[in-house]
Amino acid sequence: MIALSGLTKRFGDHTVLDHIDLELERGEIIVVIGPSGTGKSTLLRCINFLETPDAGQLTVGELSFDVTRATKRDILALRRRTAFVFQNYALFAHRTALENIAESMIVVQGMAKAEAHRRARAILERIGLADRADAFPAALSGGQQQRVGIGRAMATGAEVILFDEPTSALDPEWVEEVLTLMKQLATERQTMIVVSHEMQFARDVADRVVFMDGGRLIEQAPPHELFTRPRDERTRTFLRKVLASAPQPES
Amino acid sequence: MHALDFDYMAGLVPILLGYLPLTLGMAAAGMICALLLSCLLAVIRVSRVPGLNGAALLFISFFRGTPLLVQLFLFYYGLPQIFSFLVSINGITATIMGLTLHFSAYMAESIRAAIIGIDRSQTEAALSIGMTRAQLMRRIILPQATRVATPTLMNYFIDMIKSTSLAFTLGVTELMGATQKEAAGSFLYFEAFLVVAVIYWVIVEALSWLQKWLEQRLNRAYQR
Repeated sequence: MIALSGLTKRFGDHTVLDHIDLELERGEIIVVIGPSGTGKSTLLRCINFLETPDAGQLTVGELSFDVTRATKRDILALRRRTAFVFQNYALFAHRTALENIAESMIVVQGMAKAEAHRRARAILERIGLADRADAFPAALSGGQQQRVGIGRAMATGAEVILFDEPTSALDPEWVEEVLTLMKQLATERQTMIVVSHEMQFARDVADRVVFMDGGRLIEQAPPHELFTRPRDERTRTFLRKVLASAPQPES
Repeated sequence: MHALDFDYMAGLVPILLGYLPLTLGMAAAGMICALLLSCLLAVIRVSRVPGLNGAALLFISFFRGTPLLVQLFLFYYGLPQIFSFLVSINGITATIMGLTLHFSAYMAESIRAAIIGIDRSQTEAALSIGMTRAQLMRRIILPQATRVATPTLMNYFIDMIKSTSLAFTLGVTELMGATQKEAAGSFLYFEAFLVVAVIYWVIVEALSWLQKWLEQRLNRAYQR
């Protein structure tokens, strides 16, 4: 239902993404792991066309196009089928929590304001922030802001939500509430691709873990398999490093 | 040296205040047009619209690089000689036009700076939820840029009110023109120009007060 094939992105001479092939089904949860600077975030940004890929084919639902021939209409349609959760939340500073969530429904989906606000309230309820509806982002904690960021992505009705290191900018005390919300979405079978350094989250929630290194997709497998029997040496090296300080995987 | 003629001055105040609506009206009309034009110029500059960007740069360079008085003379006395349909242009229209073009060049740069100052990630967020560039500008960027630019724009408005006095050189009887006529009739130049100076001063002070109040309100925003 979502497929990337041969997705390539270069910054000057540097190939950040090297022919990435990835497919996922509706309701699938994929966590992308790998060393920093290996193009994980760029991969997500290309799927949303926040970066323009240099080659490849993108498919989301019935929408499918060659990225080198993408029209404005294709890009807009793609963005309406995908939603993005940013590392630094990127909330609209002049809009309240409620308005941040309602914005896409009003502007993009053309919904009446009252209806959009009613639905936004329902989303605030789900993300546990009903009492903060009228707060501006500046008055919210990091964790609350990121939950609103996730709420805003939910409101788009996108087929897939792309999470770009959603907990990396958070103080440790706020990480858990954001991960809990993401787990809740996962149990509702919201299709998602998550770039994260939270190995425990990957292990608990992912249907499939994808390991990237040097702009390439090295291997992908269900978490119990990838974490316990990584096939590639680079995966093993990476996992040894990141798991050294973390609790060891149960067999 | 003679003593100030206070009775004359007191009598002059109501006469001159009668011209205040014209002065403020020209400034208000100029400000509204300049706001629209400067937003357009700023958006062109920020989004680097091909072709238009160069034209905007040239426009801003010219209207910032030449005195307002020269521009007014160019519009009122000069242009009608080239374009005959402009012969009927009156001094008030020419003044509003001149103020609009002159101040929009300055204001465009302030608004551009305010737009650039908004965190780029909000632009990405707006695009990521499927907004078009136009929706992004209208709903996300401009409302926030306006807030940032308001104090500066208020300064330009104050400057514009004072600059309306140049309309007198185009034969418009506004606040300054009226003062000149009154002074010429009474020969009490010092009294007359002192009165008009104080009138401008009071208006500007009132607006500065409004500006401070506005700034305080704007600084409170987004904290709820």
